[in-house]
Amino acid sequence: MATLNSNTDLETGAQMDFVSRLRHGELGFVPVIFALFAVFLVFHLANPYFLTPRNLSNLTLQLGVLGIMALGVSLVLFIGEIDLSAGSVSGACAVVLVLLSTELGLPGLLAAASAIAVGAAIGWLHGTCVTLIGAPSFIVTLTGLLVWQGVQRMLVGNQIGQMLINDPLITGIASTFIPSWMSLLLIGLTSAAALIHFGRQWSAAVVGGIAEVAIWLARAALYPLLAIAVYAILSQHSGVPVLLLILAALTLVLTVLTEHTPFGTHIFAVGGNAEAARRAGINVSGIRVLLFAMCSSMAAMSGIVAVSRQYAVDSNTGGGNLVLDAIAAAVIGGTSLFGGRGRILGSLLGALVIGSVANGLDLLGQSANVKSIITGLILLGAVSVDMIARKRRIRSGAAGA
Amino acid sequence: MQPPLLEVHDLHKRFGSVQALDGVGLSVHAGSVLALLGDNGAGKSTLVKIVSGVHSPDAGSVALDGSTVELSSPRQASGCGIETVYQDLALCENLSVTQNLFLGRERRHSGNRLKGWFLDRHAMRQEAERAFQVLGSRIPSLSSPVSSLSGGQRQAVAIARAIVWRSRLVMFDEPTAALGVEQTANVHQLIRRLRDQGVGVLLVTHNMVDVFALADRIVVLRRGKRIAELNPTECTPDDVVSAITGSSIAARES
Ligand SMILES: Nc1ncnc2c1ncn2[C@@H]1O[C@H](COP(=O)(O)OP(=O)(O)O)[C@@H](O)[C@H]1O
Ligand SMILES: [Mg+2]
Repeated sequence: MATLNSNTDLETGAQMDFVSRLRHGELGFVPVIFALFAVFLVFHLANPYFLTPRNLSNLTLQLGVLGIMALGVSLVLFIGEIDLSAGSVSGACAVVLVLLSTELGLPGLLAAASAIAVGAAIGWLHGTCVTLIGAPSFIVTLTGLLVWQGVQRMLVGNQIGQMLINDPLITGIASTFIPSWMSLLLIGLTSAAALIHFGRQWSAAVVGGIAEVAIWLARAALYPLLAIAVYAILSQHSGVPVLLLILAALTLVLTVLTEHTPFGTHIFAVGGNAEAARRAGINVSGIRVLLFAMCSSMAAMSGIVAVSRQYAVDSNTGGGNLVLDAIAAAVIGGTSLFGGRGRILGSLLGALVIGSVANGLDLLGQSANVKSIITGLILLGAVSVDMIARKRRIRSGAAGA
Repeated sequence: MQPPLLEVHDLHKRFGSVQALDGVGLSVHAGSVLALLGDNGAGKSTLVKIVSGVHSPDAGSVALDGSTVELSSPRQASGCGIETVYQDLALCENLSVTQNLFLGRERRHSGNRLKGWFLDRHAMRQEAERAFQVLGSRIPSLSSPVSSLSGGQRQAVAIARAIVWRSRLVMFDEPTAALGVEQTANVHQLIRRLRDQGVGVLLVTHNMVDVFALADRIVVLRRGKRIAELNPTECTPDDVVSAITGSSIAARES
């Protein structure tokens, strides 16, 4: 135990005790990045087509539906709740979108906005049931899963099989690629943002010596280099899809919201100790309801993307393992099922792991059953890591006396 | 003479059939420690909760610096400079020390409109450092989660909130009940530092060591009534115990 000193600065001290953080169960993105490398390596060795620009472009598009849902679900997990209904909600909202567009002839943007609003209303309802009745979110959203699936099937029921949509804006979401100059502009913007953000820490890093400077360089260059790599790969095929930008933008906005605003701190406070949050004057019920509404809105967005990919909606849209995959993605990305910890970017990386597994197994000609089993095993692994890390955290707290 | 920092007058509070407080009055002066004693169920926590805005009294009043105040929510009480350190400390273990200190009252960037939405981590960090310096307390890292701290360090975090918020009155509800000898001594040190800053302290405790180490005055409650006010320099622990248990009359008269 050291005396308090300026060396414990959030920005510089954070990297210095990276190893000790790991040891105390603060794993961060280490497991998910490890999983990602492992998955990429295994599938590359099994089938060299896996890492080709063509397949990676495909993978990016496949990531949309799961990725957006995983971002939403992780918000609810942050406050220690769960949303099992996200798949059904995305399906029901997808039907609403198609009906509004084809039956009422609403323009794509308006139809999409309405579908998202319906999603928000559904989530508000779930959140209100949880806070007012005090029913566990597990039960409330399990009910939601059944109810909204039924609604979806009823709405689709009087149509035969699929309901097609041909609104160019909706179908364009998943099939449009941005021109090269725009990609380059975005790379430029990313670099400028990184420079502005990390520039302020430069002088502190210089004082810290060569190791600090190296760490500074790695951190400042990470996102620009990532953007360049993504562009370099995807431009060999069709270019950067709009869907990837939507995913990146949602991730950015939610990251800023959860990590850089008072509201974000309150989210994690509710997840960590709701009673303490209440005594600190935080509107705990309000936050719960709002996050359920946000989660269901994101589910609706993911339903819109699903429609855009299929040019249609049917009774299976949003069904199957989707919501469980989304929860798994968040947990693989470091979000704790016990609430109070996790990061938005982790959920996106977790979705990438699960999407890559599905894609890779498809390439190997494996059935949906095998995918289901493998995804289940990965989830089990992620939950085990979460449990072990939690035990370590508790033990290190007790040992710190 | 200056009016006392806190003066509660003739407080009544009933829960169903239980008269938790039955006309209690007491006062706390700035820079002094008042120990509030009594057996289990005597009404100590109820009094603390009324002053911290959790419960509203059925009758009676609370005055700060001589003027009556309405304390209908915890937020209102903290706005008046009243901070409560609960027995369970009410900390979020997953959040960092600094995040806990500022929970519910986070500092945002000033100036520019857009920036005003975002956390000013630097400012919070500096104020947190200052608070721990005032307390003379040692915390391994302000950015590490509270789950990595020991019990005594967690006490320091809960108490540092009062410094950060420049509270004028800090109430402790059984702060040392779950602590060992060394940690108890640490908490005593922290409470003395608070008092030396001119803060008024209301200390609910069962621990005679706490009382005689810290208290300037002692008030004893029994079944919702105030039955004695003692001066620790003029009485023994036995006097206090008999006041609490009600066997004092016999003891005094003999
Ligand atoms: N919220 C409540 N609801 C009902 N009864 C309560 C409540 N809070 C306290 N009481 C009762 O009021 C009496 C005084 O309680 P309390 O103030 O907690 O005592 P102390 O802190 O001195 O042990 C007890 O009989 C207790 O059971
Ligand atoms: Mg009590």
